[in-house]
This record gives sequence, structure tokens and C-alpha cells, in this order.
Amino acid sequence: MSIPSRHRSLTLFAAAIAAQVLLLAVQIRRGQQVRLIRVWAIESVSPLGRGAAWSVDGVRGLWNNYVGLRHMREENDQLRGEVGELRMRNSQLESRAAEADRLAGLLGFRDVHSEVQTLAARVIGASPDPSSHMVFISRGSRDGVKRDMGVITPEGVVGKIFAVYPDTSQVLLLTDKESGVGALLAASRSQGPVRGSGDPLLGLEYISSDVKVEQGEKILTSGQDRIFPKDLPVGTVVQVQPDRRSPFQKISVKPAARLDGLEEVLVLLTRQEFTFRKDADKAPVPVASVTSPKPAAFPTAPKPVASVTPSKPTAPPPPTKPAIPPAPKPAAPVTSPKPAASEAPSKAVEPETPEAPKTPETPDNP
Amino acid sequence: MEIHASYDQHIEVHKYYAGTIFGVVVLALALEAVLPVYFRSAAILELPLLITIYFGLSRRNPSSGLLLGMAIGLTQDSLGHTPFGMYGIAKTAVGFVASSFGSRIDVDHPISRFLLTFVFFHLHNAVLVLTDRILLGQHEPYLEMRLIIASLVNSVVAVILYPLLDRLRKT
Repeated sequence: MSIPSRHRSLTLFAAAIAAQVLLLAVQIRRGQQVRLIRVWAIESVSPLGRGAAWSVDGVRGLWNNYVGLRHMREENDQLRGEVGELRMRNSQLESRAAEADRLAGLLGFRDVHSEVQTLAARVIGASPDPSSHMVFISRGSRDGVKRDMGVITPEGVVGKIFAVYPDTSQVLLLTDKESGVGALLAASRSQGPVRGSGDPLLGLEYISSDVKVEQGEKILTSGQDRIFPKDLPVGTVVQVQPDRRSPFQKISVKPAARLDGLEEVLVLLTRQEFTFRKDADKAPVPVASVTSPKPAAFPTAPKPVASVTPSKPTAPPPPTKPAIPPAPKPAAPVTSPKPAASEAPSKAVEPETPEAPKTPETPDNP
Repeated sequence: MEIHASYDQHIEVHKYYAGTIFGVVVLALALEAVLPVYFRSAAILELPLLITIYFGLSRRNPSSGLLLGMAIGLTQDSLGHTPFGMYGIAKTAVGFVASSFGSRIDVDHPISRFLLTFVFFHLHNAVLVLTDRILLGQHEPYLEMRLIIASLVNSVVAVILYPLLDRLRKT
């Protein structure tokens, strides 16, 4: 049966739409992504990203050198003055750093600090999907990066590794709607998940209305998500509103890290490998205040609290603590807060979230 | 019927050198991924959509328009973390409708390009939201101020970009 030529394109259109709807349906039903196509696409585009980064660096360097040569004399005089000032400040900081080191040694933080391995990576691209807050970094499975590893900057938490390719990885930023991190209020130590909303501000959830929360209060990682160690800066409270319909407060949080201008990040290589250290457990202050060179970026080993991702098969939770702190809080995993039962279809198409059973080969080495 | 036939004869179908479309598509996808790193506000641009609309309008062949839209959309899906088919379906629809329009009206005038891009941007977003709601069961909001601003910005960019792409046509 031949199709009339004037209907041929309409038939093709219907077939293309039907095929893609079927493709979506297959993904939802099977709960898996077509990994190989993703790998091909990303591997073919990432060299362009690297090239662009290289070109931008080159142009930037050329421009800076040119301006530097033109204004060398003035800058030289200016820099001499600054050097003198900085020397003075440096000596002050050295004495403070030495003091901090002594305190750190006393508290047992220094040893804990050296155990946390990090890997520097360059941001080489963003997701072309405008609704998702993701970036590509220049490190992949060949560098030891694995899925769900934490990503930070010296300012604070950035996100986590969402997908790993040989030379590239995808980082899900904290501001993404599917992102989240186990957190606590620095003053009251009340715990709750900080979730992304797709906007620049985050939300701290499940903090009871009884808890006093001030604007400007620091939010730190709780360490319960087994991705980030305890006491890393997450953000600062910018707005607190009572919620009449629930016993919890609406708390808006400004991220500590500057997520809209990321250029270099650190990948925490020690996912789920934090060892219990009693000296760290006794620490009364966050490591940010006692470690000298990169205070916030090189975290302490966290307390081995119970896992908030109970479905993860690789790490059985210790039996000592409940999965989440207060009773009314739901047991939703804070690291990738896709709704569980009520939104089953959307969860099914996101098999790479940490809740899904992890297959050893496909995510890292397709 | 004779009037229609003679009208069709005046519609010019533009051809491009081999590899031009492929190169432009890859460049658009790469820019879409790289630009927001250096200019945060560039995330508002939808270059793959603009390319789909442009080639749909200028080649004026619904079959090739929808296939190109599908290829660009699926590639965009593969670069993001949306399920395969989300952008594919939306851009297939845009490619098909754009190439159907292209064979009927003058699409080389800047004002018609602005208006068509504005309309197709909303069509693209409407298909995305519908797919999200019907197939994935998610309730994404549709009309937001950001969407209106994005559609206007992309329409302005289209008016500037399309004459540049016109230079790649076979003379």
C-alpha cells in the first residue's frame, strides 16, 4: 500500500513522534537510560568544551599580558606598595595559622583533615538543558571519579557527581530541583535536608517551628548523606517564614559556593569511606575555623552517623542512630530528593539517582 | 489549483553545502553547553531550537525538517539528564511545523522571522510541558515571566543570527 506523496511527511511526522513516545515509555518502564548514546554524544562534545576553555584561557592570557605590558610601570609601583602591605599581613596570618595549627593538633583535626582526598577539576561546560543545573568537569573515571562523589569549592558545597565518563563527569548542582544535601543549622544543630528549587536560593526543610532560626545563620552539612563530610558550609539563611499549613518553617538559604560562576572545583574522592575517629567526634568547632590553608574546602572526616539513603545497597547503615533526626520528618533521601511513591514515573526515568541500585559497570565505564 | 501551483513555483527552496547543517548543529550544541559557563545569562538562549527553526523554514521540506529537529532534540536529550525523547518530540514538532510554514509564507523578512521564532519558542515549550505532564506525570508550570523574556530574547537573537546563516546558502 503506497502512501500519497502529500501525506508522506505527515506520516513520517506521526511515526517520529510515536517512536519517541515509545522510547520515553521504554525508559519509564525499564527505569534505565540509553547509556551508550549518551556516552557518544558527550564524548563528542566534551573536546569542544575543552577547546573552548583552552581558547578562552589563551585569549584571556593574551589580553592580560598585553594590558600588563602596557601598564607595567604603573603596576610595578603599585605592586611594590602592595607587596609591603601583604608581607605584613602575611606575617600576621602566619602567626594566626600557626596558632590554628596548634589548636587543630590539640583537637585531633589535623590527622583527620589529611585523610580527605580531593581532586581539582575544571568546569568545561554546562548542560544544554536550561531547566537542569548541571556542569561538566574535566575529570572522569580515568582520574578515579565515581558517581555520587561530593563536589566542593573553598567556599562550600557545590553538588555531587551525577554521571561519570572516561574523561568527563557531570555534576548536579545544589540548585537543581533534584538535588539535596543533609544539613544542619550551625547554632541549634537542628537537622534537615537542603534542597534545590531550580532558583538561585535553596530551601532548608523540616525544621520545626519551635526551633529559633535567625537570618544570617550558617547552614552546615550534617554528614548523614554519606556524600559530604560533616560541617562543610552549605549556605546562609536569608529568609525565615512560618508555614501555617505545616509544623515546619519555610527557610530560604543562599548557597555558600558561588554556583553561577564556577570555574574550578574539588571532587571529594572519599565517598563512603569516612572512618570513625573519636578525636573528630569530640571537636567542638567546625574545621573551617581551625585549618589554615584551605579551611572550608578540605573537610574533616564526619561522624559515622546513620545513612539517609537507606536503599543504597553498598553501605549498610550503622544501627546506632535513626535514619533521620526528628520523628515527623519523612524518610526521603536527601541526596537526590525525587519523590518516592507519589511520583513513580518521574523516578523511574532517573535511574542514575543514588536511590537506584548501582550497577558496577555501566555508570562509570560504559 | 493552478494558482496554488504557480505560487509554489515562486517559493525558493534553499540548499546548503555538504556538512554545513551538521557543522552548524554541532556548533550550536557546543555553544549551548559552553557559553553559560562564562556568561550565566547565556543560559536563556536556545540555540538548538533557533537552528531547528531556521533550517525548517529555509529548506521548506517537512520530512527533512522534522528529521533534523528530531536529531537535534535527541542529541540535546543525550547531553542533559532529561529522558530521551523529551526535547526530541518537541523539536520534531517544531521542525515539522516550521518547514510546513516555510513553504507557504515569506520567512526571510526580519519581522516574520521574529514573530515565527516567538511562536515556535512557545510551541516548543508547550510540547515540553505537555510531555512532562502527560507522559512523565510531572507538573511543570507553563507561563512564567522567565519564559516570556526567554522567548523575546531568542526572537531578537534569531533576527540577528538568521542573516548570518543565510550566507551559508548555496548561491
